[in-house]
Amino acid sequence: MTSQHTTEDHGLLRFLTCGSVDDGKSTLIGRLLFDTKAILVDTLTNLERTSQRRGLSSVDLSLLTDGLQAEREQGITIDVAYRYFSTGTRKYIIADAPGHEQYTRNMVTAASTADLAIILVDARRGILTQTRRHAKVCQLMGIPQVVVAINKMDLVNYDPQVFAKLQEEFADVAATIGLESVRYVPMSALEGDMIVDRGDAMRWYEGPTLLEILESAGTSHSETPTHHEVFRMPVQLVCRPQDSANPELHDYRGFMGRISSGMVRPGDEVVALPSGQRSTVTHVEIGGVDLNEGVAEQSVTIRLADEIDISRGDMLAHPDTAPQVVKEAQAMVCWLSETPLDRARTYALRQTTRTVKTKIADIPFRLDINTLAEDATPAQLQMNDIARINLRLAQPICCDAYAQNRGTGAFILIDEATNNTVGAGMLL
Amino acid sequence: MTQTVPTLSHLDWLEAEAIQIMREVAGQCERPALLFSGGKDSICMLRIAEKAFRPAKFPFPLVHIDTGHNYPEVIDFRDRRAAELGERLVVRSLEDSMKRGTIVLKSPDESRNRHQSVTLLETIAEFEFDCLIGGARRDEEKARAKERIFSFRDDFGQWDPKNQRPELWDLYNARVHKGEHMRAFPISNWTELDVWQYIEREKLELPSIYFAHTRPIVRRGNGIVPITDLTPAKAGEEIIDLQVRFRTVGDISCTAPVESDADNIEKIIAETAGTTISERGATRLDDQASEAAMEQRKKEGYF
Ligand SMILES: Nc1nc2c(ncn2[C@@H]2O[C@H](COP(=O)(O)OP(=O)(O)OP(=O)(O)O)[C@@H](O)[C@H]2O)c(=O)[nH]1
Ligand SMILES: [Mg+2]
Repeated sequence: MTSQHTTEDHGLLRFLTCGSVDDGKSTLIGRLLFDTKAILVDTLTNLERTSQRRGLSSVDLSLLTDGLQAEREQGITIDVAYRYFSTGTRKYIIADAPGHEQYTRNMVTAASTADLAIILVDARRGILTQTRRHAKVCQLMGIPQVVVAINKMDLVNYDPQVFAKLQEEFADVAATIGLESVRYVPMSALEGDMIVDRGDAMRWYEGPTLLEILESAGTSHSETPTHHEVFRMPVQLVCRPQDSANPELHDYRGFMGRISSGMVRPGDEVVALPSGQRSTVTHVEIGGVDLNEGVAEQSVTIRLADEIDISRGDMLAHPDTAPQVVKEAQAMVCWLSETPLDRARTYALRQTTRTVKTKIADIPFRLDINTLAEDATPAQLQMNDIARINLRLAQPICCDAYAQNRGTGAFILIDEATNNTVGAGMLL
Repeated sequence: MTQTVPTLSHLDWLEAEAIQIMREVAGQCERPALLFSGGKDSICMLRIAEKAFRPAKFPFPLVHIDTGHNYPEVIDFRDRRAAELGERLVVRSLEDSMKRGTIVLKSPDESRNRHQSVTLLETIAEFEFDCLIGGARRDEEKARAKERIFSFRDDFGQWDPKNQRPELWDLYNARVHKGEHMRAFPISNWTELDVWQYIEREKLELPSIYFAHTRPIVRRGNGIVPITDLTPAKAGEEIIDLQVRFRTVGDISCTAPVESDADNIEKIIAETAGTTISERGATRLDDQASEAAMEQRKKEGYF
């Protein structure tokens, strides 16, 4: 029995598969899991049984992620499925996104947390509207690494010219929408070529397999700036254990949160926002145990030298490069609700741990996803529309541009009548 | 100025995410509770809660829905752990729902597992909980693999898998109207192996039945059935003593052990990393009934 438990740990990579309907996203994930031996015997037996019952000759690998009754009935993906595998050195979280236009909002959910996107293209059908839409969402969501998988190469005789032509076509799209650092891999998810194993059918391709790309990709942690100057921690809770029997805790005040960027050490000066009051960090701790430092993505508790007024929704930051405090903002937004955006209404905006009321003052343009052109001043926004909006806020928020800092530049809009999350926004 | 910072190990990352989720529940919800069964996932959750909230007390009580069919080692452990932590433990039992007539068993030896939803929803109503924190993981089962970290339940406690709230970045939306509630799953992204590695790293104590021990069992079909008062041998079955351990501890009538000589965490990790059968596949006697058994139960309000 071999153990995958090793001391070398390359952290955790989150990626999503996206692209148009039936381009093979779910099959690709099934293949990755199958070839990295992450599928367990009973799951496979179940799958074989289901595939047979559905009259399929070989095992349908997409059934691995299409876990809902409705999905299996219709043979499509409706909502994101999360899957896990580990290569021994790195742990992966995969989000399998649906391709159907109707479920684009679920793809947006998957994209928001990804460090890398795999955009699938069916070698026969080429780049479709939905491919373009997903590529645009990946760009808007600031996914730092993109792999375009030209799939179903088995159906075009593994022709290198098909691959070259699609690569060229996608490069045009990428240039139009501003998608950078794109890599291309030809593959057959069904046959398993160029995913984990190279296979024999495409000797003409000399680049890395998909798994090789994943193994060497940067994780969100390595992408996040980690130096002192960009330290930001939105405060989730204030810890005041005064009722404790321990008199030493009587004056304890800890500010709890997850560091969104940068690092912090005892002795550092910090500013509390939006108040602008300054103090010095005395302790960085977790669960009452002192740490030497806290780094991006860590959840910590920070204690300060001075009694300043800080509550949930405030932010601690490095004083030299503190984020801006604004009551008006411009943003790109993906509209996620069946109810159109209504400019007469007030929405709740949540950014970091802060919730404020907002009105949409203006919609300068909506992106036409077919042409990627900008429609000026649309009357309203429908589900799955992507648009530029100008916001007026009832109270200030402490923020950065999304392109600079995903953690402090992202927000959601909540419909206060239904409590639903209706918009995903990225500050400009 | 820029200096390289060591990569957060995957366990550190998972822990940080889980702490953030628990703190969001505390920050957004008025009356949350943490489900604690004494099982390994909920034992990890307690450690995460300690890291999230100490030196203060937890901002929620621990809640256990007791089927009355639990292994005594696990119940003892549950009570002892809650006492050690000095946290409030609320136990509500299926027996009470049966007395009230809200649970009607078709036969006395029927598995009580799916009936837990009734008592759970009654408990939610009794305390007006607006969020339950649970230790479910997405790698356990295909319906769970689809569920959001903050998962909305309507006023009948139902999950609507075709119409989940979009969940973006780490901006969780726990808002509900009166009568509705959220379920929050801080260790959604953990696998069984991550759980064992965390237990090892944090040196967490576990109920003894997680480790290899000798137990009377019968072999039935492909499975191992532990012989207890609730699960007696059938006529003609041969009872043997076998070295087994439990990978999951739930209701006696539907939880089976696996054959194993792993009597410490290190050996369990080695076995888990090399295993070829999923946690539920090996040990749950109820999920295989139908392709969509779990989805159905979750729609009805199950954990
Ligand atoms: N020949 C061939 N067929 C493939 C390949 N990859 C996927 N398919 C088939 O294409 C069909 C659609 O595959 P899925 O994996 O369900 O597609 P999807 O992109 O996940 O679809 P949605 O999630 O509904 O958007 C299935 O019948 C697959 O077997 C491939 O490399 N070659
Ligand atoms: Mg799919």
